[in-house]
Amino acid sequence: MNITLNGEPHEVTGPTLADLLVETGQSGAKVATAVNEVFVPATQRAGTPLAPGDRVEVVAPRQGG
Amino acid sequence: MPVFYGTDIASRLMLGTAQYPSPAVLAEAFRRSGAGIATVSVRREAGGGQQGQDFWSLIDSLGVTLLPNTAGCHSVREAVTTAQMARELFGTNWIKLEVIGHADTLQPDPFGLVEAARILTGEGFHVFPYCTEDLVLCDRLVTAGCQVLMPWGAPIGTGLGLNNIYGLRSLRAHFPDVPLVIDAGLGLPSQAAQAMELGFDAVLLNTAVARAGDPAAMAEAFAGAVAAGALAHGADPMPPRDMAAPSTPVLGKAFLA
Repeated sequence: MNITLNGEPHEVTGPTLADLLVETGQSGAKVATAVNEVFVPATQRAGTPLAPGDRVEVVAPRQGG
Repeated sequence: MPVFYGTDIASRLMLGTAQYPSPAVLAEAFRRSGAGIATVSVRREAGGGQQGQDFWSLIDSLGVTLLPNTAGCHSVREAVTTAQMARELFGTNWIKLEVIGHADTLQPDPFGLVEAARILTGEGFHVFPYCTEDLVLCDRLVTAGCQVLMPWGAPIGTGLGLNNIYGLRSLRAHFPDVPLVIDAGLGLPSQAAQAMELGFDAVLLNTAVARAGDPAAMAEAFAGAVAAGALAHGADPMPPRDMAAPSTPVLGKAFLA
């Protein structure tokens, strides 16, 4: 299934947001997620199915002012 | 010392974590600044990336209170979603709310700011709005639930200092009981001292320290300036006047004409 991950085209095999993070090696990482501009808490990733064309954001702590 | 949403903070200096030449310099700057609060942000992480974890380890070692921001957000929806992600990542309901309305000056969008502040307050956030010194805007932000106001001194990254002394003084007078923080635009310690002399509760800066030739020394200089300015404000400064008045007694002067 083709989705957009952090602004780039991405092909994902598993059906859920949790599967996507496993595939990218981020399942245990300190990241937060949003699908189609809506925040998805970590506890809801396994129950969040992805659909073709979904826009997924995966963010991590960074420097800020 | 300032109290933000019921939390006592041991320093009037708040420091950003961006633009330092190295993590070691950042850590040393924080140590010498004595800052009690660090601002942080959230950004995209590529698969397998370690940047987030590495940065988290660094700021965790600083032992300061974290204030995540919504920097770069131009819409209410973007700011709200970013705040929600930041709350989960950093484990705090504090959020420095930025809703930018103008690309060249990075001036806050006052209308979006009030709407986002209302939404986030309703979701249990403690909102620190990056705002202008506009009295009506600040009134609306307080009504929306903000218990801290963070007006700019000048546009972000300019180092121009306090551009509207009258407006900032009016703001202090209008909100005597709301913690006020000068956020953005400071370039020199003297400008931070001036903010304290006006009665502001704290200053938040980043570029002035991070982009200095010696960030750690500049951090210490700002700490000294903030302490001096706050002490001066508490000491009740003399009012300025237009006419000269001799400080040395006139009475008893030798007559030598």
